[in-house]
Amino acid sequence: MLRGSSRQYAADVVPEAYCYMRSTVRRVLMLLATMIIVSFLTYAAFELISGDPAEAMLGTQATPARIAALRRELGLDAPFPVRYIRWLLGFFSGDLGVSYSYKQPVGELIAPKLEVTLCLCLLSFVIITLISIPLGVLSYQQVVGRFGWIHTTLNQLLMAVPAFFTGILISWGFGIVLRAFTPGDFPDLHMDPAGAFRHLLFAAVCIAIPRTAMTVRMMRSTVISEMEKDYVQTAISRGNDRQGVLLGHVLKNSLVPAVTFLAQTMAEIVAGGIVVEQVFGIPGLGRLLVASISNRDYPVVQAIVVILAFWVVLAGLAADLINQCIDPRLRLGGGS
Amino acid sequence: MKKRILAGLLALGMTVLALNGCAKKPAAETTAASAETSAAPAANAASESVAPTAASSAGQKTGRAASNEIAVGIAQDLDESLDPHLTVAAGTREVMFNVFEGLVKPDPDGNLIPAVAADVAVSDDGLVYTFTLREGVKFHNGDPVTMEDVIWSIRRNADDSEGEALVPALTSISDITSEDNKLLITLSEPNNEFLSYLTLAILPADYDKQDTAPVGTGPFRFVSRKAQDSIVLERFDDYWGEPAGVDRVTYKISENAEGLILGLQSGALDVVSHMTSTQIVQLKESEFNVEEGTMNLVQALYLNNAEKPFDDVRVRQALCYAVDKQGVIDMAFDGYGVPLGSSMYPAFGKYFDESLTDYYTVDISKAKALLAEAGYPNGFEMTITVPSNYQPHMDTAQVIAEQLKSIGVKATIQPVEWASWLSDVYSGRKYQSTLVGVDASEMTASAMLKRFVSTAGNNFVNYSSADYDALYEKALACADDAEQTLIFREMEKNLTENAANVYIQDMADLVVVRKGLEGLTFYPLYVLDVSRLHWAE
Repeated sequence: MLRGSSRQYAADVVPEAYCYMRSTVRRVLMLLATMIIVSFLTYAAFELISGDPAEAMLGTQATPARIAALRRELGLDAPFPVRYIRWLLGFFSGDLGVSYSYKQPVGELIAPKLEVTLCLCLLSFVIITLISIPLGVLSYQQVVGRFGWIHTTLNQLLMAVPAFFTGILISWGFGIVLRAFTPGDFPDLHMDPAGAFRHLLFAAVCIAIPRTAMTVRMMRSTVISEMEKDYVQTAISRGNDRQGVLLGHVLKNSLVPAVTFLAQTMAEIVAGGIVVEQVFGIPGLGRLLVASISNRDYPVVQAIVVILAFWVVLAGLAADLINQCIDPRLRLGGGS
Repeated sequence: MKKRILAGLLALGMTVLALNGCAKKPAAETTAASAETSAAPAANAASESVAPTAASSAGQKTGRAASNEIAVGIAQDLDESLDPHLTVAAGTREVMFNVFEGLVKPDPDGNLIPAVAADVAVSDDGLVYTFTLREGVKFHNGDPVTMEDVIWSIRRNADDSEGEALVPALTSISDITSEDNKLLITLSEPNNEFLSYLTLAILPADYDKQDTAPVGTGPFRFVSRKAQDSIVLERFDDYWGEPAGVDRVTYKISENAEGLILGLQSGALDVVSHMTSTQIVQLKESEFNVEEGTMNLVQALYLNNAEKPFDDVRVRQALCYAVDKQGVIDMAFDGYGVPLGSSMYPAFGKYFDESLTDYYTVDISKAKALLAEAGYPNGFEMTITVPSNYQPHMDTAQVIAEQLKSIGVKATIQPVEWASWLSDVYSGRKYQSTLVGVDASEMTASAMLKRFVSTAGNNFVNYSSADYDALYEKALACADDAEQTLIFREMEKNLTENAANVYIQDMADLVVVRKGLEGLTFYPLYVLDVSRLHWAE
């Protein structure tokens, strides 16, 4: 029945391509809308909390006259909606503004940081994916076996350990005791790519540990519930090899939730990265974001938040496309 | 059999997870071995694969001494502008002290010594200052320092055409003239502290990139800056004075306190200032020296004198009798720190009145009596607002909150971000009490005391005393230095007697220096002079 229906759609090519395009257009619009909403919320959040960029910049030497002059210079004297629309127009014309804290164009300021953070996130994503998918399937076998509780306990433990704690442990163990890298001395990504890679690898592992444990758990429960389904039981009762069914059918069906979960992981990695960058002394977006929030450096915070929103939405989009390749039934899911 | 292979694979996964990339090869061996023994070879493999990098890292360390460089860890990034005339943060001044100089500059004893000027003479009436410019002083861009640059730099700070001048005290200049290499500055009224304002940096007049690529005359020149990452300075070879001891200084920023400790331990950093006693115990004595200076600030529980119940002097005094300064220093700082009794610290020398430190000794019954007299026999509830980015202030607040329980005062600690502190507490004065350290940007007693004049723009504690205001007027009008000093000390006593704030201490500044690096010098200012640091032969 399943095969029959997919063949039926495959024969009808035109509407499928049309649906595909329509869903893509809708996706792109959603992406834009998400970014605009997120940027608006960020802007509004700064309106609500106390602290003013001009006051933060002038510090203890602020006088009302100096604050007023600086606010005028930064364009902060305009009302909130005007400022937001100004920023939005600048954003769409490719002008992210000038950082208050560094007097440098925001694009120029964040480009090298983005590079580092992107490397860190992709690296930990690769680690999570390569380890958790096979491990999840394998740990299904173990749970069924005698020593299941060891895996469950270890899994719980790894999930619960906060990243800053593992970060300090890894820095101490591999950095101070074993000297595998030098915490606090991040090599330039272009001058010493190998050294930078090594440094990033330890940080990436630190981000990956709790997420890997979560993905393994998710993968395992998906496989378990899938194995209990009728088609699996039927296949096995017909004399098929259990291992063969697992790898040939169950795995493919378990991949859809896994891909969705990994897309959420992409977002989590970025959040974890903010903490880990601080611990490992990696000059990435996370550190800049934290510093910019406390300095009330609006243009930088806005730019980074929009990039992060883009990243998260993009991950979701990629997950949907991959899932559609894995399971053709999903292709029309959104259209009808 | 199948299970064994799977167990092996699982062990492989776990090993990779724990040891990541560097364990790839040994992990393959693990698969061949049985699952039971997997732990041991993996552990061996880890130390094997890591050993060569350990050697290279150690080589790097000797490398920095060999290439005559140092790396200094700092806890925050610099100001948005590196223009010294616009510098706001103490942390920026601390670094850029090595790049800029004024006509005069402070020495480690707190005296002013000639820098861009070769000498200075003051007329008998204290109105005319004559500076002779030093021969052959160059800017970092290679240009010689001219009279035009000097006059431009002073005028820029004295200019009040757009409201307030950058250095308000300079508005007392009535005339600036020059003859050959002599600069004559005439004041409208004498000012004993005038010279200390001329530590302002001399900058090239026709240079407009001071914000991002600063140029000065100091022993180090600015090379580069990476946001939230590092600042690089290099020795200026054409410096007129004693050349710097190292070729290159890299300041590395780590806003995470743990990061600074790890950086020292890993060899990434050689010097870190402003450490706490709990941090230094994590460092090996064989690798580092710890030198103790003072932070040169007044840490106190600052009270909003306009806010109930602190508008009553008896309540403020009660708090002073209830707080045990030495107890705070012992509990939160392992005994490091100098107790204080007023808004002045020992580095100010003759202005500092030591007798005020013990004006209030712990006396719970007296404190309770004062509270009862003020109408609070059962104590009251209060809030201490603390900037959360600085742990020592948070620790102090905790100890004080505990101590205040003894007189029935329930203190709640409210941690806030620095930016919120600036706008709510410092500018907005919307708070009840706050725990911070206050210092002076210039080494002048008036910079410390002026803020408590009732009309002062930065009187964030709303202190209001007619006697105090009158004393300040008298001090300003006083031409005789000795007499003026006495008036300033009188003002300090006024603050203590009226319990303007609950004074605690001048905090200890613990500086960690890698063994082999010599020449650390403390100043009575919040600066780190890297030009005197050098590696031992």
